[in-house]
Amino acid sequence: MALAKRIIPCLDVDNGRVVKGVQFLDIRDAGDPVEVAKRYNEQGADEITFLDITASHQDRDTMVHVVEAIAGQVFIPLTVGGGIRTCDDIRRMLNAGADKVSINTAAVTNPDFVREASERFGAQCIVVAIDSKKVSQPGEPDRWEVFTHGGRRATGLDVIEWAKKLVALGAGEILLTSMDADGTKNGFDLGVTRAVSEAVPVPVIASGGVGNLDHLVDGVLQGKADAVLAASIFHFNEYSIPEAKQYMAEKGIEMRL
Amino acid sequence: MSSVAVIDYGMGNLHSVAKALEHVKPGEQVLVSSDKAVIESADRVILPGVGAIRDCMGELTRLGLDQVVHQVAASGKPLLGICVGVQLLMEFSEENGGHDCLGVFPGKAHFFGDHLQDENGEKLKVPHMGWNEVKQTVDHPLWQGIEQNSRFYFVHSYHIQAQQPELVAGRCHYGLDFDVALFRDNVFAVQFHPEKSHSAGLQLLKNFLHWNGQPA
Repeated sequence: MALAKRIIPCLDVDNGRVVKGVQFLDIRDAGDPVEVAKRYNEQGADEITFLDITASHQDRDTMVHVVEAIAGQVFIPLTVGGGIRTCDDIRRMLNAGADKVSINTAAVTNPDFVREASERFGAQCIVVAIDSKKVSQPGEPDRWEVFTHGGRRATGLDVIEWAKKLVALGAGEILLTSMDADGTKNGFDLGVTRAVSEAVPVPVIASGGVGNLDHLVDGVLQGKADAVLAASIFHFNEYSIPEAKQYMAEKGIEMRL
Repeated sequence: MSSVAVIDYGMGNLHSVAKALEHVKPGEQVLVSSDKAVIESADRVILPGVGAIRDCMGELTRLGLDQVVHQVAASGKPLLGICVGVQLLMEFSEENGGHDCLGVFPGKAHFFGDHLQDENGEKLKVPHMGWNEVKQTVDHPLWQGIEQNSRFYFVHSYHIQAQQPELVAGRCHYGLDFDVALFRDNVFAVQFHPEKSHSAGLQLLKNFLHWNGQPA
C-alpha cells in the first residue's frame, strides 16, 4: 500500500482550443479541451493541468467557460495556470471548478502574492511553476536559473533557492519545467528535477521534454518527481495513459491502474 | 425529490462537490448554503472543507453553523464529512498550534511530521497528496459497490486518529497507518476527496445520496 506517482496530461489552451507549441513556437491544434479532458479522464489520468496561453482578457473569459464545462464532467483534480496574477483571478478559476491554480510570472514579480494566495485559499491549491534553464558551463558545478516570459527573460534567481523560498511562502506543490528540454522530446532535465525534489518538502511535478515512456520512468526513479506532466505524447496518440501507467508499473513504480 | 445541503462557510471550493452530486444523481436538489434553515430542512447534509483548521472552525462558529452540525449529527439525518470536514468532527486538531473542534468523534487530528519515511527509509513529502489505497475495515452502506483497496485522492498534512477503533470504517498507509474513514450512526466522514476520486469517489457520493442513515 503506497501513494501512487501521478501522470498529468497538460493542455495548453489558446482561445478555447488545445494547442501544442514546440519550445513555445510552432502551434499545432490538438482539439477541443472538453473532449480532450474527457478522454484523459476516461483513460485514467490522475489529474489534468490547463495552461491558458492566450494573451487577451477576452480569451481569458473563454478559459473560465472551458474550465466550467470540464469541471461538470471530469471528476479528478484540475489545475489551471497562465495569467494568474491576483486573488481575484484565483477565485474566478476556483469558482469555475478548478481545484488548484498554477502561478508563474506573478510569483517572480511579487513573491508576496504566493503568501497571500496560500493564506487565503490554502497551500493545497497553490502550485507554483518554475521555468528553469541550465546556466552553468560544461565542467562547472550545475547551476540553473529561473526564467520568465516563455524562457526569454532571465531573473537572476537560482532555481533551487527559489523553490525553497516558494515553499516557505506557502506553495503546496512545484511544477518544474526545463526550458532547455521543453518540446525536444529528449526527456526531462533529471539533474534539476532531482535537485529541486530533494530540496523541498512538497511534491514536485516534472515537466518538459517527454518523448517516450522511459522518460516518464526516469523522471520518477532518477529525477525523484512525485508526478510527471506531458502533453504531446498523449495529444497525438503516440501513447495512451493506460499504456504509460502499465509501463511505469512494470518498472516498479507505484501507479493507480 | 430529495435534497442535499452542502454547508458553505466560506472556505474553499464547494463547486466540485456540488457538481459531483448533481452528476451522480440527476434531479437531486443540491443546496450550497450557509443558511441554518436551509441546511436543517435538507434530507442530507455534507460538511466539506479545505484550508486551515483555525479559519474553518472560526468561520463555522461565527456563522452559528457549529450548532447546526451538532443538530444534524443528533437528528438521524445522513451527514457526510469530507477532508477538513472529518477533522472538524474530531475533538481536537494539532493544526495552528492546537485547536478544539466539534467533538462528534472522540479523537484527534495529528500532523504527519517532518520526518516521515517509507519502508526503505526514503523521506516522504507532506502534504500527503495524490491517490492512495483505502482499506475498508467494516461493511457499510457507503462502501457498497466500491472494491476493497480502491484508490482515492487525498491532499492533507494532518491525519485523524479515532479514540475508538470500532468507529473506524477505513484505513490508509503513508509512512504510518492512519484512519481515513469514520462512522457513527447517521454520520460518515472521510479524509479523501470523493468528488475528485473518479469512479470510486462518485460511487461513494451516490451511496450517500441513497443512504437512509442506518449503519447497516
